[in-house]
Amino acid sequence: MHSHSPFLLKNRLFYILTSIAALIVLAGLYSVHLMEEHGHIITGMNNQIVWGIPHVFAIFMIVAASGVLNVSSIGSVFNKPAYKARAPLAGLLSIAMLAGGLTVLMLDLGRPDRIIVAATNFNLTSVFAWNVVLYSVMFAAVVAYLWTMMEARMQPWSKQAGFVVFIWRFALTTGTGVIFSFLVARQAYGSAILPPMFIVISFAWGLAVFHIVQSAIYQWNSKTLDEYVQKRMKNLLGLFVVAALYFVAVYHLTNLYFARQVEFEHFILAGGGIYPLLFWAGYVVLGNLLPLLLIYLPGWGKSQHVAVASAMVILGGFAFLYVFIIGGQAFPLSIFPGFEVKSSFGDGVIGLYSPSLPEVLLGFGGVGIAFLITAVGIRVLNFVPRELPKKAL
Amino acid sequence: MSEINVQRRQFLKMSMGVAAVAIAPGVFLFDMAHGKADANKVRWGMLIETANCAEGCNDCVTACNTENGLSGGVSSTDSQWIRKIEIKDISTGRETSLPMMCQHCEHPPCVDVCPTGASFKRADGIVLVDKHLCIGCRYCIMACPYKARSFVHEPLQNQNPDVPRGKGTVESCTMCVHRIDQGKQPACAEACPNKSILFGNLNDPDSEIATRIRTVASAQVRADLGLNPGVRYQGL
Repeated sequence: MHSHSPFLLKNRLFYILTSIAALIVLAGLYSVHLMEEHGHIITGMNNQIVWGIPHVFAIFMIVAASGVLNVSSIGSVFNKPAYKARAPLAGLLSIAMLAGGLTVLMLDLGRPDRIIVAATNFNLTSVFAWNVVLYSVMFAAVVAYLWTMMEARMQPWSKQAGFVVFIWRFALTTGTGVIFSFLVARQAYGSAILPPMFIVISFAWGLAVFHIVQSAIYQWNSKTLDEYVQKRMKNLLGLFVVAALYFVAVYHLTNLYFARQVEFEHFILAGGGIYPLLFWAGYVVLGNLLPLLLIYLPGWGKSQHVAVASAMVILGGFAFLYVFIIGGQAFPLSIFPGFEVKSSFGDGVIGLYSPSLPEVLLGFGGVGIAFLITAVGIRVLNFVPRELPKKAL
Repeated sequence: MSEINVQRRQFLKMSMGVAAVAIAPGVFLFDMAHGKADANKVRWGMLIETANCAEGCNDCVTACNTENGLSGGVSSTDSQWIRKIEIKDISTGRETSLPMMCQHCEHPPCVDVCPTGASFKRADGIVLVDKHLCIGCRYCIMACPYKARSFVHEPLQNQNPDVPRGKGTVESCTMCVHRIDQGKQPACAEACPNKSILFGNLNDPDSEIATRIRTVASAQVRADLGLNPGVRYQGL
């Protein structure tokens, strides 16, 4: 029957999916309204855990937004045609996730109504203020890059634009890592390894997001991904996952070697309840070991395995950030090293945090925004990778 | 000169006069608020004698709460500008009680990280938060090594007009800047029954605090960070 043609079914499915995403965004906005009305008291955050679930979502999306551009960089800067065909999609995903992440970050502020203050008052010594510039320029650069790729007359500039984006995303992820590495007094942070660690992690998370969106698009259009491209991209994901795990391992090993950091590492890796559990089961096993098996085990590594592996890498990423951001704050600040400390303000005790519904909804609202931008973008513009003949690869 | 020109000239003169009268107090107050007039002559600080600070005594905390209109609640979301900390040396077992608050660093990490410049240091060394510029990002709380700052989690009532606060912004000990500017002592220093908190000008060699820190051993908390706090402790 005509009304049940696959085309119409898909059309309907598209509207259902975007409506669900829009509802999630609305729920997130309603949460923001509640947080505005009642204050952050309705979140799980407090004076010890000042950054919570919204920051986990926001930082994941911002880091992945930078990492996903690897796909376009490999195309433009390193001139690999298989990746060049995917560069526009990577650019769209980057913009979508950057928008989602920044919205969450902004709406979690105590005074989101003062965003204009943040845009007009720059403290030049503040990494946050630098990030305002880094994010804005990133947005503009990626939009310009997309323009050079999608508008025939602008194509001669594509390589240059790609190069700017390539450089800028390193600066951007460095900026994200530096937010933490400039915190002198916190035992979890204040380390120069954090910016490079975040850069490498961004490669893995970004590519994982790309894989999922790509397989969804191919599924949707009943296309199969070229085997050669599929193999290359899955191996690249495996490589990035291993590299990210290496950096995380070095970060913890360095800490373990310093006597003053041992107690903190023990908290994160063994005795800290939810945090070691999330670190080992969530990040190491679910986010690294299982995906690597799915990618590299002989006979596996097919498209659907890689999609599942990518989902696992993403979940592992959230687990990692939860441990890194919230676990890092839960461990008490060492104000008097070598002393046992107690006070009415949580000195010397592990900070407690349980995320509340509004802040979780705010986080998912950001994901909803990223989804909407991606879905609508793909539908109205030409973002679907166009496969080149095999010999061109 | 035509009459119109004379009138115009008079009008311009008068306008400039009015403008000057209108602007001058603003400029003057702006300088005062930033303590510019006192640059380098004054650095307000405190010396805390821990030997006299009694365990269980909370008078400085109560005085601070009353002076600044804080609720006095001690849940994890309540603001605490000053708190009593009991510390025990793990290797020797020696116990000490002391008040902890914003240490008013010379190189405050909170000021460095604040994206909007809401966290600032007056020329007289007092570190404050401009409640009109604070966007509530809490980066300063992450950066402070002394856990001195609180975020206002709830709407506020019955504020002290001298100490404006605001939901969704960060706050901390102001060293009772409104009292200092009136020539008074911070509330905690005045309230301490044992006179354990000595407040004064660290940059005036003849002041009591400068004399004391010259003659007795005192220490800064986390001196290893090189922040040069304005609050020093004796007997740590």
